[in-house]
Amino acid sequence: MRDVAVIGIGCTPFGEKWGSSFRDLFVQAGTMALEDAGVAGEEIGAMYVGNMSAGRFIEQEHVGALIADYAGLASDHIASTRVEAACASGGLSFRQAFIAVASGIEDIVVAAGVEKMTDVGTGASVDALAGAADREWEGFVGATFPGLYAMIATDYMNRYPLTREQLAEVAVKNHYNGARNPIAQFSQEITIETVLSSSLVADPLRLFDCSPITDGAAAVVLAPLERAREYTDTPVRVLASAQASDTIALHDRRDISTLDATVAAGKRAYAMAGLSPGDIDLVEVHDCFTIAEICAIEDLGFCRKGEAGRLTAEGVTALGGDLPVNTSGGLKACGHPVGATGIKQVCEVVQQLRGEAGRRQVDGARVGMTHNVGGTGATVAVHILGV
Amino acid sequence: MSSVARFWRKIPQRYNLAGTQCTTCGRYFFPPRYLCPDCRRAGKIRQHRFSGLGKVVTYTVIRSASEQFEQMTPYVLAIVELDEGPRLTAQLVCSPDEVRIGMRVRPVFRRISADGESGVIHYGTKFAPDTP
Repeated sequence: MRDVAVIGIGCTPFGEKWGSSFRDLFVQAGTMALEDAGVAGEEIGAMYVGNMSAGRFIEQEHVGALIADYAGLASDHIASTRVEAACASGGLSFRQAFIAVASGIEDIVVAAGVEKMTDVGTGASVDALAGAADREWEGFVGATFPGLYAMIATDYMNRYPLTREQLAEVAVKNHYNGARNPIAQFSQEITIETVLSSSLVADPLRLFDCSPITDGAAAVVLAPLERAREYTDTPVRVLASAQASDTIALHDRRDISTLDATVAAGKRAYAMAGLSPGDIDLVEVHDCFTIAEICAIEDLGFCRKGEAGRLTAEGVTALGGDLPVNTSGGLKACGHPVGATGIKQVCEVVQQLRGEAGRRQVDGARVGMTHNVGGTGATVAVHILGV
Repeated sequence: MSSVARFWRKIPQRYNLAGTQCTTCGRYFFPPRYLCPDCRRAGKIRQHRFSGLGKVVTYTVIRSASEQFEQMTPYVLAIVELDEGPRLTAQLVCSPDEVRIGMRVRPVFRRISADGESGVIHYGTKFAPDTP
């Protein structure tokens, strides 16, 4: 297996982009990534595109070919593949690109992710997202996505010492970081009071516990490490790529409040990189809801079960803390265009490791992790990057 | 809007809690499984109708729902553990103030949703507090 490096990144601003189409978004992200890498189109061997549900959101399937076409690569006939695992589509797209390069089959490979969510109304997008869980046995009876995470929160708060205020601190921190990220959907800081006075979505989760509906795209370019310096002075190595699955329905899990797929993918990633949680300088976790960040911090081994709420309130996971979590603003404040999220996480970590993260830079960051979840934990992708 | 057949073939499960059991290891399944995750090909599956008695494992109150369920909000949604062991997600027929973790429940036959005004009406099982 060859060592692999990220040689270019590109990400559109995230938000409700009424003026931009699905095609506009990925062309923008892809162009930025190729420009950043200094790669010409004909050098690209393959492309992977993370996309959850173009079929439901814009009634378009077959987006692998569509994207290659509008990226101007149709005449080169490159291999272009759509990858789908709900909200983990981006993370799996990155992993497929990594495997293609590591195996020696391809040299220059693009991993992208895109979702155009605001061309349908909120009710329709809530229903499309419910397809990330078990349609027949969860969605059918009226389970919404926030509702499933709310049931994790109820179980967690019944068993561990997590207060409603500590949960709100996750959103407050992520909005603080988002306010320092130029591509973030939300650029305003909030307070605990903002969270606690927002409307209830699914008890105990309120509106400001939930990630928004977002349009956006992100792309990165991968190359064999031995060739990376032909393109960039700042290659970022992929130290580990891991993926795990679990039951599709939340009710079938061994433990409602533990994402066993996160635990498994995390362990595999640490083993592959030869690292332990203490070696990680910053992590982008999948905070689709505030409770998801609490579970992720614990399930990735950064602390024991039941401690993440207190550590968040103490500022350990804040910018300047011992373990900055979601410096991008996370899904909560940066936004969550589902298929693009996993790639955006990689873009954020690469920016941090290059020392290009501006007002949210983590000083001396050398090793970063990404954690991307599909559904309520049925698919998890974990990557470790380093310089 | 989904086809009639998609709903019709699940009627025994949704109306009567018809599930399965692996007689090799004894484990019960609802929703039914025809491949035991523990015994895999060595498993022998038989039908089992659940009594539907169980307890609440966790719950929420849905305040913002998808289009099909919007007019029912707020409603209580829970993960229920049946006495034989399997867990399922279901609505509870009780007020948000009433639900508690560990609360005993029994099944009730209810309308779940409808595909618009002229579409198929979907029925199934909800759960009610089982007060002795």
